[in-house]
Amino acid sequence: MLMFTLRRLAHAIVVMLVVALVAFSLFQYVGDPIVGLVGQDTGDKEREELREQLGLNDPFPVQFARFVYRAAQLDFGISYRQQRPVVELFVKRIPATLELSFLSALFALFVGIPLGVHAGLHRRSWTAKLSQSTALVGISLPPFLVGILLIYLFAVTLEVLPSSGRGDVVDVGLWSTGLLTVSGLKSLILPTITLGLFQMTLIMRLVRAEMLEVLRSDYIKFARARGLPNRSVHYRHALKNSLVPVITITGLQLGSIIAFAIITETVFQWPGMGYLFIQAVAAVDIPVMAAYLVLVAFLFVVINLVVDVLYYAIDPRLRVQSSTRGGAHG
Amino acid sequence: MATQELLHLKKLRVEFPSRRGAFVAVSGIDLDVARGEIHGLVGESGAGKSTVGNAIMGLLEPPGRITGGEIWLDGARIDAVDAAAMRRLRGRKVGMIFQDPLTSLNPLLTVEEQLVETMMLHLDLDETAAQRQAVELLTQVGIPRPAERVKQYPHQFSGGMRQRVVIALALCSNPDLIIADEPTTALDVSIQSQILELIKSLCRERDLGVILITHDIGVIAETTDRVAVMYRGRVVECGETAQVLHEPAHEYTRALISAVPRPDMRLPRFPMVSYIEEGGGVQGQIDLASHWLGRFDASERHSGEVARIDSVSMHFTLRRSIIPKRRTYFTALDKVSFSVAAGEVFGLVGESGSGKSTVARIIAGIYNPSDGRVLYRGTDLTAERRAGSRRSHQRHIQMILQDPYSSLNPRMRVRNIIAEPMLFHRLVASRAEAHEVVDDLLEHVGLGRDAGQKFPHEFSGGQRQRISIARALATRPRLLICDEPTSALDVSIQAQILNLLKDLQEELELTMLFISHDLPVIRQMCDRVGVMQGGRLLEIASTEQLFEQPEHAHTRELMRLMPRLDALARPRAVGPAGA
Amino acid sequence: MAEVRRVRAAPRGWLARTLDSDVFYSFYTSPVTVLAALITLAFFLVAIFAHWIAPHDTFDLANISIMDSELPPAWLEGGDERFLLGTDDQGRDLLSAIMFGLRLSLLVGFASVLLSAFIGVAVGLLSGYAGGTLDDVLMRIADVQLSFPAILIALLVDGITKGLFPGEASELLAIFVVVLSIAISTWPQYARTVRASTMVEKSKEYIQAVQVIGLPSWMIVLRHVLPNVLGPVLVIATINLAIAIIIEATLSFLGVGIPPTQPSLGTLIRIGNNYLFSGFWWITFFPALALAVLVLAVNMLGDWLRDVLNPKLR
Repeated sequence: MLMFTLRRLAHAIVVMLVVALVAFSLFQYVGDPIVGLVGQDTGDKEREELREQLGLNDPFPVQFARFVYRAAQLDFGISYRQQRPVVELFVKRIPATLELSFLSALFALFVGIPLGVHAGLHRRSWTAKLSQSTALVGISLPPFLVGILLIYLFAVTLEVLPSSGRGDVVDVGLWSTGLLTVSGLKSLILPTITLGLFQMTLIMRLVRAEMLEVLRSDYIKFARARGLPNRSVHYRHALKNSLVPVITITGLQLGSIIAFAIITETVFQWPGMGYLFIQAVAAVDIPVMAAYLVLVAFLFVVINLVVDVLYYAIDPRLRVQSSTRGGAHG
Repeated sequence: MATQELLHLKKLRVEFPSRRGAFVAVSGIDLDVARGEIHGLVGESGAGKSTVGNAIMGLLEPPGRITGGEIWLDGARIDAVDAAAMRRLRGRKVGMIFQDPLTSLNPLLTVEEQLVETMMLHLDLDETAAQRQAVELLTQVGIPRPAERVKQYPHQFSGGMRQRVVIALALCSNPDLIIADEPTTALDVSIQSQILELIKSLCRERDLGVILITHDIGVIAETTDRVAVMYRGRVVECGETAQVLHEPAHEYTRALISAVPRPDMRLPRFPMVSYIEEGGGVQGQIDLASHWLGRFDASERHSGEVARIDSVSMHFTLRRSIIPKRRTYFTALDKVSFSVAAGEVFGLVGESGSGKSTVARIIAGIYNPSDGRVLYRGTDLTAERRAGSRRSHQRHIQMILQDPYSSLNPRMRVRNIIAEPMLFHRLVASRAEAHEVVDDLLEHVGLGRDAGQKFPHEFSGGQRQRISIARALATRPRLLICDEPTSALDVSIQAQILNLLKDLQEELELTMLFISHDLPVIRQMCDRVGVMQGGRLLEIASTEQLFEQPEHAHTRELMRLMPRLDALARPRAVGPAGA
Repeated sequence: MAEVRRVRAAPRGWLARTLDSDVFYSFYTSPVTVLAALITLAFFLVAIFAHWIAPHDTFDLANISIMDSELPPAWLEGGDERFLLGTDDQGRDLLSAIMFGLRLSLLVGFASVLLSAFIGVAVGLLSGYAGGTLDDVLMRIADVQLSFPAILIALLVDGITKGLFPGEASELLAIFVVVLSIAISTWPQYARTVRASTMVEKSKEYIQAVQVIGLPSWMIVLRHVLPNVLGPVLVIATINLAIAIIIEATLSFLGVGIPPTQPSLGTLIRIGNNYLFSGFWWITFFPALALAVLVLAVNMLGDWLRDVLNPKLR
């Protein structure tokens, strides 16, 4: 178990370094960092001095090491566009994105898994067929369209829910939350559905496919041959087995919710880091882009790590293989 | 005879409807099974044996359904009861044992959880009592340290042990009837006999009725009291096992029995039986002096030693690591040496994992050995392969592989499959000439000239193996490696393919390396035999000597476990053709 | 024995046999699939022949009058019969704009699917057949990339390219950048699937049989492995056509994709979104409807293909 976690941790660090390299390369090769810092009238000599001062003339590995060192201390420099420390911009926006993503993930899981199980077990029933068709429509609608549709229905036509922003927020320490006010909660409804719908349909289709696969297996046939009732065959034997692969994929999907938030945040003008990022891309604001990349990668890696350990805890085959099987061949 | 009739089938008929019409899997099946009796159900693939078992359990794969006849269990008719009633019968009255123990157990539940659940459902026990009984049951099916092992997960058991767990699960709810569907097919011979012994003793002790479904006449002879022989969905003959095997009444039974390789003496050919269709033997005689197959240089025709394996070892990496100490290897071959003389058939025999197929793949050039040399007529092939130079002898060594269903590229026409090696090695001047030779080869292996136009899926297993043989012959090889060429085939088809190989070997003066796990087949095919176990070559002897006076303890054990088939109806000399 | 098998034999001749095959049977017995195929075909034809069938040439500035801007569909009050589906903010005919937008969306979709399938299949074959360290490295890259959603990668590639070629945002370059972004962000899916199938095929005996013949590895991979792993690739390509169209639309919607001078469906929706609150709902609605129906039809075909070919796709 310890070895497993350590190996996963090493893997995670490698991924982070690769992402850091990409982010750093952005600084190196895309645009000239000096341009963002100085005015038009600065002379060549002064520019060269500034380069030396900032260490931009140092060899690549030295600069990279410096970048990683600074990034580890959350120092990503100063935004070209807004001329303020990048960290400052992010601290205000992280809670908005995380609250939205977390609620969407819950929505996707708690609606997607039961629907998938139902569609897998009773695949000839009309409810299963209905949810299958709905899922197909769900993956065919781009999230931004869903957002526009919801805004038009609930904000423009019915005027019951707000079309943009977070509503009133309450500061709890550094964290500003929208979960504690009525207008904050109302503002969350449409973005949460928009962001979660696509993931929900993916999870539903996946659970259904896995369920069908498992129901065809020999051990399910053997369980039936022992006269076990449907309830036990379905929920005790089939469900757990079909959830094992679902966990990995779901983990990845939930990670990508944070990145998909870019679209939802743009549609709803949600003041999160995705909206910040899209503005940075439009203005080629490299420090913000790099910081976003590193930050999102970090969140992914953490989620993946948790999923891997969870997987390990659920599937006994992984647990025992490392102790008995490994030694057997020696 | 049937003192206490347990199961009674009357004119059972099962159909699988499809858009092309109804496929009748079995029809007119009459069967009686008594308590305390093992009733065999034997037949080749497609005979409908498993369908009978599934029909009794009420577990036919949809859209299959019973369309006629009756099933009576313990005096009650069960073929027309509703799903809930059928479920109550399953486990409590009938249990089932499946073929593959690796996939029949739920991997996420411990053995105890699976046993206790089933017992509490059927036996009216509380949890502690069920747990106690689970341990007891594991003891009965011969699992050592049951109190400890009951807490383990299925993947912690070996194949044979897992099949014992499956048997325990089938028995735990005290059924009266057990249906065992090929329970030992996935297991090695030594494990097979243990499992069969276990089923036999449990049948006696618990006064169970057992239906044993198998394709293996040897298993039937050793295990069953009565037997029904099935052919294409019908029971052609049914009676006491000794009676049926000794004095078969039906022509098909006779054909089936005569096709089983004899362990006690070598016959020049298998008796060919007209009852079994599909393909003939070698068509027409080839005059090597004039035929394309005989057009090799004088230097290629030779005597003496053809191939030599010189202390060859093979390690497979199990775990890669940058730290050498943490790497783990599996030694598939440990310093194996032998040589094959021109014109002889050299056999390699051993259980799964003994390394015999690895030897074949090393000689054929699929693997490079970790250590040691492979010599073909004095040339060191391993050095040549490592140097990456043109494999000059590659075309002289060809191989026939085990699985006819995966050994032909499904997207190529048979003609192109066979022509490919000829064209690649430039043995023919043009594509037209290649196709001429291909048609000739196809006719020669008994498929006919038209076969070349078709795709592999249009052929049966035996026919595909003939295509494989034609492909192997297409490079005019001198050394032909046969790696379990018939282990995936029905016994009657096996007899035909082995006859074909024998004929070709004689006619083309081929040298052969013949690999099999099946001792009687080895006896019929080989001049000399090497016995392998765990990557080591234990002994080499002439076939006669090995079968009459085995030296090594492991060889003697293999001989002991070999079904003797003394009860089978067999003439002492060449068999009856047709009868 | 005739009584035992009451099964009709397959007919002779390749055409009759194709029409009788299980794939074709499952096609024409599923009305939804036939409908999806017809819709997809219709969209393709409209896209290809847009120049001939579009009622207006939306690129000809002489044809466009700002007087005609923001007209509702023809059947509504204030509608103009010249413009069936109404006009956008610049007075362009919406129906024609959708037809040309469709062409651009499909072009980008196809080009990016071809490019990413090519990269993915090549990497998958290499990785699966060679194995070892090369396999480890390639799959690690694919894994890392796969854990980042396509849209993020596409945005990044787009941002980088814009940074590298500042100012010169020509239309052709913009289209190329979008195609590249989508291809780079979707290749790992093909690579993983092809690698898995390659490993399955590699372990089959027909590959060993040609190894014994002595064929060099590149020939084995191209002649024997490749044709046998293309089934799943077809399924992924179909589903990915839908995904590529969505990504293109999303990028254009976010304002980093195809420029408004030559609008794709996504760009049209983006333009219309600005007028949603003003009540000009049709500028968004009709392009959105076209996009949704197209993607839905392609997805239905993909689902059907997957069920018929039934590879284990995740």
